[in-house]
Amino acid sequence: MEQVVRLSDVVAVLGGFPVLAGATLSVESGEIVLLQGPNGAGKTSLLRLCAGLLPVERGDATVLGVDLAIDRRAVRPLVGLLGHANGLYGDLTVDDNVRFWGATVGATPDEVAGAMDRMGLSGRLAPVVVNKLSAGQRRRTALACLVVRRARLWLLDEPHAGLDAAGRDDLDATLRQAAASGATVVVASHELERAGSLATRVVNVAGGQVQP
Amino acid sequence: MSPWRIARLVAAKDLRIERRSHIITNQVLPFAALVMVLFAFALDNDDALTRVAPGLVWMATLFSLVVLVQRTFAVEAADNALDALVVAGVRPEGIFHGKAMALAAQLAVLEAVLLAAAMVLYRVELRGEGIALLAVTFVVATLGLAFVGTLYGGLAAGAKGRETLLPLLMLPVVAPVLIGATRATEAALGTNDATPSEGWPWIGLLALFAVLFGAGGTYAFGSLLDD
Amino acid sequence: MTPGPTSTTFTRWLGAAVLVGMVWLVVFGLVISPDDRVQGEGVRIMYVHVPSAWLAYLAFIVTGIASACYLIPRTRSLTWDRIAGASAEIGVLFMGITLVTGSMWGHLSWNTYWTWDSRLTTTAFLFITYIGYLAVRGLGGSLQQRAKRSAVIALIAVLEVPLVHFSVTLWRPLHQDESVAKGELENLMLFSLFVGIIAFTLLYVWLLLHRQRVMSMEDAVAERGLDAAIAERRSEVAR
Repeated sequence: MEQVVRLSDVVAVLGGFPVLAGATLSVESGEIVLLQGPNGAGKTSLLRLCAGLLPVERGDATVLGVDLAIDRRAVRPLVGLLGHANGLYGDLTVDDNVRFWGATVGATPDEVAGAMDRMGLSGRLAPVVVNKLSAGQRRRTALACLVVRRARLWLLDEPHAGLDAAGRDDLDATLRQAAASGATVVVASHELERAGSLATRVVNVAGGQVQP
Repeated sequence: MSPWRIARLVAAKDLRIERRSHIITNQVLPFAALVMVLFAFALDNDDALTRVAPGLVWMATLFSLVVLVQRTFAVEAADNALDALVVAGVRPEGIFHGKAMALAAQLAVLEAVLLAAAMVLYRVELRGEGIALLAVTFVVATLGLAFVGTLYGGLAAGAKGRETLLPLLMLPVVAPVLIGATRATEAALGTNDATPSEGWPWIGLLALFAVLFGAGGTYAFGSLLDD
Repeated sequence: MTPGPTSTTFTRWLGAAVLVGMVWLVVFGLVISPDDRVQGEGVRIMYVHVPSAWLAYLAFIVTGIASACYLIPRTRSLTWDRIAGASAEIGVLFMGITLVTGSMWGHLSWNTYWTWDSRLTTTAFLFITYIGYLAVRGLGGSLQQRAKRSAVIALIAVLEVPLVHFSVTLWRPLHQDESVAKGELENLMLFSLFVGIIAFTLLYVWLLLHRQRVMSMEDAVAERGLDAAIAERRSEVAR
């Protein structure tokens, strides 16, 4: 089993504040790991660190074979991060957005269509400008962009927020399918119900550290 | 994916956003025209206006540049899209060139409108012998402005609490463009009895500026984004 | 680590040398050196103005070199970043002094507070550019982020300033009066000027060393604050 994420006593700082105060975490390929913990615990920072966005202040961090302390940029094409914001262009349509992201990795029109299909975005929603979508629809568009980019590690920060029950179940199914087809998924959520239906493993985060 | 392909993608995306939102046509162009009118109020002398028209056109361009740069990066910051591009490992050089190209295109439209406004409001007249110089001036100056704007925009615009930093950082840097473009434009238009031959050396300065900041920006943009 | 004074034996000797140099400068500049034939007593501003300008440009060059040293991976060290920042602060101060004294001198000699000659204009631009640089240093973030950002901005400024100077020179060729003012300096005046430059250079080094050390302590406080903050964050869990 490939070790996709290996963090050892990692400290990360944002504006002088230690958002991660010695975090240790291991994730294997194909897992769906749920990070649980209250707001401010460091879940978001953990995800951003794995995405190569947060510099490693202290400790060791290796993601998909890349040592983040040395070159955190190298991990980025391999990883898909979906944070509180969706990373979409509000003035463009759903179709425009997914196509743009697909084009950055040279995706074929079929792949683009497939990604939109999986998120239920083909048809009525495709030509709608993103600013006019509901929060849940925007979230699905963002996920479609993630799918089309063929990311191997999915880092999702509160992805269920704003989705209705059907949407959440859909999302879980998508995530399970992604894990089955080789991706590894790490989800941060403070919703306890997801633990049973989605995750293969639940991990508690508090005080910038991962509870053993 | 080569930086060049990324650049074309990003440029096309930026121009598509403008096509859908019409912010430039509805807000920035009127702003630029307004600046030209306000200059006339301030200077209140028709002869003086015609004489200083080249300078006013480029000043209005610089003010509008600040607004354009803020807009092009606000679009990225609104939903953290630039962050997403960086996360995805998209080559920053490609992003830099793409946004610079789109910015240059928008600047070109803006400058054309300003020139037309100068012809109408300040009674500027184009001369046949100066047309080539005028065209080259606009092209080369626009490139330099686009590179500088994109570079500093990456640092200062869009990110909260930093918008006010943009004019302070950017305007001193584009001073050589202001000087060079204004002098070359004067030579092209025959203001103050200047001849086109006096204008061409200034093109050298503008070209040097564009090359330096094109290269410098390509190299530095990635580091500035990597926050 | 308890914060202590930033002086060492070297800086104390240096400080003494600065004081001596300044006294020499005052004596030579205000007393011994002669009046200018044309400008009279007013020329004495030169003994502050020219060394200030020299110091400002020196500081600017040091900031550029230090920034480059930080960006090169092999020599990367936060000390270079602090040197760059300290030098920029000193540079801005002396650029301000240069501009003000230059303006006063202009008023005395030619009855204008400002002329658009290339040197003065470039200095004004350098001044504004460095204020922008200091603003970028104040943006916050980790020490490494601050260092990288400001180093990039500083190097762009190194590109920009010659361009500005070049374009302003083409725009307004060296002001005529200036060559007159510089052309006829007697030996004693030249010597006084030389004393001034030496004294100011020593002052610059002294200020740089102290300011760099204070910055180092500020950064260490921030780091120590980090350890305390880490400990406090970990204790959140215990609650």
